[in-house]
Amino acid sequence: MNANSFVSINDISKEKIIELLESAKRFEENPNQDLLLGKIVATLFFEPSTRTRLSFEAAVNRLGGRIIGFSDASTTSSSKGETLKDTITMVSGYADLIIMRHYLDGAARYASEVSSIPIINAGDGSNQHPSQTMLDLYSIFKTQGTLDNLNICMVGDLKYGRTVHSLLMALSKFNPTFRFVAPEELKMPVEYKIFCDNNGINYSEHSDLMEVIDEADILYMTRVQRERFVDLMEYEKVKNCYILKNKMLDNTKDNLKVLHPLPRVNEIEMDVDSNPKAYYFQQARNGVFARQAIICDVLGIK
Amino acid sequence: MNKKELLVAGLQNGTVIDHIPSDRLFKVVSMLKLDILSNPITIGNNLISKKSGTKGIIKVTDKYFEKNEIDRVALIAPHAKLNRIANYEVVEKKELELPDELIDIVKCANPKCICNKEPMATRFDVIDKKNVVVKCHYCEKALHKDDIVLL
Repeated sequence: MNANSFVSINDISKEKIIELLESAKRFEENPNQDLLLGKIVATLFFEPSTRTRLSFEAAVNRLGGRIIGFSDASTTSSSKGETLKDTITMVSGYADLIIMRHYLDGAARYASEVSSIPIINAGDGSNQHPSQTMLDLYSIFKTQGTLDNLNICMVGDLKYGRTVHSLLMALSKFNPTFRFVAPEELKMPVEYKIFCDNNGINYSEHSDLMEVIDEADILYMTRVQRERFVDLMEYEKVKNCYILKNKMLDNTKDNLKVLHPLPRVNEIEMDVDSNPKAYYFQQARNGVFARQAIICDVLGIK
Repeated sequence: MNKKELLVAGLQNGTVIDHIPSDRLFKVVSMLKLDILSNPITIGNNLISKKSGTKGIIKVTDKYFEKNEIDRVALIAPHAKLNRIANYEVVEKKELELPDELIDIVKCANPKCICNKEPMATRFDVIDKKNVVVKCHYCEKALHKDDIVLL
């Protein structure tokens, strides 16, 4: 078992979040540093991913480390029936750090228990994606200058979207006000509302984005997926309610930034891209710095 | 010794589990595999309890249970009382309590959890002892009392 692994946002203290954000800021100012010289990082992607894998690999390259790994499990011995434990144990002998994405919930936690080297969770099924949360937090921190006392409006699929759940848990340490905007089928699960109640966090639920958009500091958009709906009539009825159009930003606060974990399909119209409040592409870029900070932290590099 | 006491007295060495809710008694019996044990066993049910209407009781001669077995019983009969008897003396008396962690006792209900796919022990954190809510250490999904399935 390796104690330095980065597995779940729920393990990360407020102090550690702030430390990682400050570290990410230093990497943004000076991205190319040979802190991983002579180190080998294994990127094990049992499930395909574009952004996450590329930004982790960009982070390692900017730090001067070398990469081994795979981006498609069908070409590996796990497709022959090898257990995750055996794969991880073997790779532990080859590399100094494992960055892994897996299609099963809890895979990263289990890997961290059988591995002798640190594990960074790059997404485990529908459970956690903590490096995404760190880059979301960094984007909020960078654009607002703080994480404290912000009005966060989450829009779209709040039921299945793991990014909104992790972001909610992380921001709950910073006295936020949440506005949950979702269709009936995709409302925030009750356990997260209980969590907010138990922690004295101010939140409200809405079906119309225009009710709350003007008071938001952060608009966190997610994709409303057609396949989530049992009743497709219902989907047709609500799909346009959760599409952000440039005009809708007219009366919003000056400091508002629009975030989206990407990929975007149609939930943000193209004409929003040129609005200075659109931030999702910079957000994706911030992922490299946030991941540089995580990598150095788990390896104990200051 | 009055007649009431006679019902439960008279064990030289072994274990008495008392104050089992009546509707859980036979679950506890099968959980502890008493049906295939050859030791002398006394089982009583629907006895008058001062605390909670009726109760069940189990006395097993010459048998002490492992922690793992007792933790399983605690999941379905959280307020039962466990007495260890040695040479007619009660050497240990405690109310069953859920431990903080349950190793390889509960089955995870999430079919996409790693612990249902790999040959590994399940691990649950008990997050609410009073209402019996446990959370999978791996997939982080919570299970409520009525949804808990034992391995």
